[in-house]
Parts: sequence; C-alpha cells; structure tokens
Amino acid sequence: MSEFDHTLHAEAEAHEPQPYGTFIAVWAVLMALTCVTVTASMFWPGRAGTAVAMAVTPVKASLVLLFFMHLKWEPTAFKVMFLTAVSLMALFMGLSFVDYLYR
Amino acid sequence: MSDLATHAGGTHDAHAPHGGAHGASLGDAHGDAHVAPHKDYVGAKTGMWLFLFTELLLFGGLFLVYAVYRTLHAHEFHLAAASLNVPLGVTNTFVLLTSSLTMVLAVTALRRGDRASTLNSLFWTIFLAGVFLVIKYFEWSAKFAHGLYPGSAHLKELPAGEGLFFGLYFVMTGLHGFHVVVGMVLLTVIALQVRRGRIHSGDFVKLENAGLYWHLVDLVWIFLLPLFYLTN
Repeated sequence: MSEFDHTLHAEAEAHEPQPYGTFIAVWAVLMALTCVTVTASMFWPGRAGTAVAMAVTPVKASLVLLFFMHLKWEPTAFKVMFLTAVSLMALFMGLSFVDYLYR
Repeated sequence: MSDLATHAGGTHDAHAPHGGAHGASLGDAHGDAHVAPHKDYVGAKTGMWLFLFTELLLFGGLFLVYAVYRTLHAHEFHLAAASLNVPLGVTNTFVLLTSSLTMVLAVTALRRGDRASTLNSLFWTIFLAGVFLVIKYFEWSAKFAHGLYPGSAHLKELPAGEGLFFGLYFVMTGLHGFHVVVGMVLLTVIALQVRRGRIHSGDFVKLENAGLYWHLVDLVWIFLLPLFYLTN
C-alpha cells in the first residue's frame, strides 16, 4: 500500500459520526432557504425572484453535499474528485450553451 | 550425483509455480468461505461517487436543454410555468428535504451502533419517498385531466415554447420520479440487510452509499423546484 493510499484510508476511517443536532440544524436551514426562495418568487415575480432563486439554490445544494453527503469530513482526494467532475461538467455545459445561442 | 541433485532440483522448481498457484487458489476459496472477505471502504465509496457523477451528466444534459430553450422561449416558459401547482411542488420539496434528514440520521445512528434508530429512520425515509410519489401522482393526474400529457393533442396546439416546457417538465420530473422509485427499492433492500445484521456499525458502507444516492435525488429536486415551479 503506497503512502498516499495509507493516508487516504486513515483519513477516511478517521472521521467520527457527527452529532444528530448538526444534521437537524442543516435541515432547518434548508427548509428556511426553501421558504425564502418561494416567498421571493411570489412577491418579486420576474427577474428579482429568479435572481434570489439563482443565489439560494446553489447554497442549498452545497449544504446537502457538505453535510448530508459528508463531503465536509471526507479526505481531500474526494473533494478534489468532486470539484474536478463538477467544474468540467459546468465548463462543457457553459460552452455548449454559448455555442448553441451564438453560433 | 551432483547431476542428479541438480536435475531433481530443476524438476522441483519447474513444478513449483504450478503447485504454488494451485495452493494459493485453494487458499483463496477457503478464505472466501470461512474468513471475512476483503473490504475496501474507500474504494466502495469512490465507486459510488463515480456513479453519482454519471448521474450528474444524465441530469446535466437535460438542464442544458432547459437552459437553451428557456433562453429562446422565455415568455412561453413563464406562461406555461404559471399553470404548475406551486403548493404541491413546495410541499414535495419539504418532503424530500425531510427524507434526506432521516436518511443521514439513519447512517449516523448505525455508526453509533443503534440499529433500532437506524431502521426507524430508514422507515421514515422510505415512507416520505412514498408521500412524494403520491403527491406527484395527484399533480400529474391534474395535468392529464387538462389534456397535458406527453404527445397529447392539446400539447401540440400550444405554442412551441410551451410545448417544450411541458415536454421538459414531464421528462425531468419523470426521470427524477423514477429515481425515487429506485431509491425506495434500494433502501428497502438495505433496511432488510440492516435488520439481518449484515450491515452494522463495523461495516456500513452500503448504507452510506445508498444514502449518497438518496441525497443526490434530493439534490436534483432542489434544482427542479425553481426551474419549473417558481418561474412565473
């Protein structure tokens, strides 16, 4: 087993289960952010409501990824893997989007 | 004498690899049957994440199609979105977020060795997934009653942009709904294994991976809510 593998395994096994309260707090924030998005879309239909949704939705997604999916406590290798995959996908989607609209 | 010894030694060497390999394979078979099989916790979780990336690509492609057509048909998308039932969409968001909470609580409980709480949380996760699908059933039934279903005559009469909106709505929420059904089956199988003690605090990666899948289903819905329901 290489030193890298060894570190990865030690790090991955190391993190202890979190307190239940952490996840309940994250859930409460997610519910509240949903209410914010819905309220904004009702009171400011159109651009302002969409802007709020575009700002809040990635925050909600990050909370799910970091806490519920445990990325916050995973070894660096997992974080790098995730960011690489998502960045590449965002890049390809962005390029395809621009290409389709402005060709 | 010396020749004979060399010969004998050579013969022995020539046969050794075969005999060795045979011995090893017997040893492995023996190990599989009676000793705990080799486990790779990090490898199992890495594999799950790689699978989730392919899921992101699957939904990502649809989000791209949505983005392009919404840009080209902004007005029609807003008109069509106004006919969606916002309270039902928001309720389903609360339902899925809560099921994600019970899922992560199940993983935490098992790691603390509390099997009863794990099974209890898994039950609520599966139950809430069912609630989500029942709400989806009523939502889709109402759309069908208004002549809005894939390939319907009414849908073809609508302006192209509205037709595209409903097409994407049915494909994306339908594909997501299919993932919810798969999740219910998966979590039921996992819950049975927890009950039989095959998944426990010392070997919980299957439950953790099922959880990752379930959170991804929640994650996709987090994006579907503003794109379809809050676009009026």
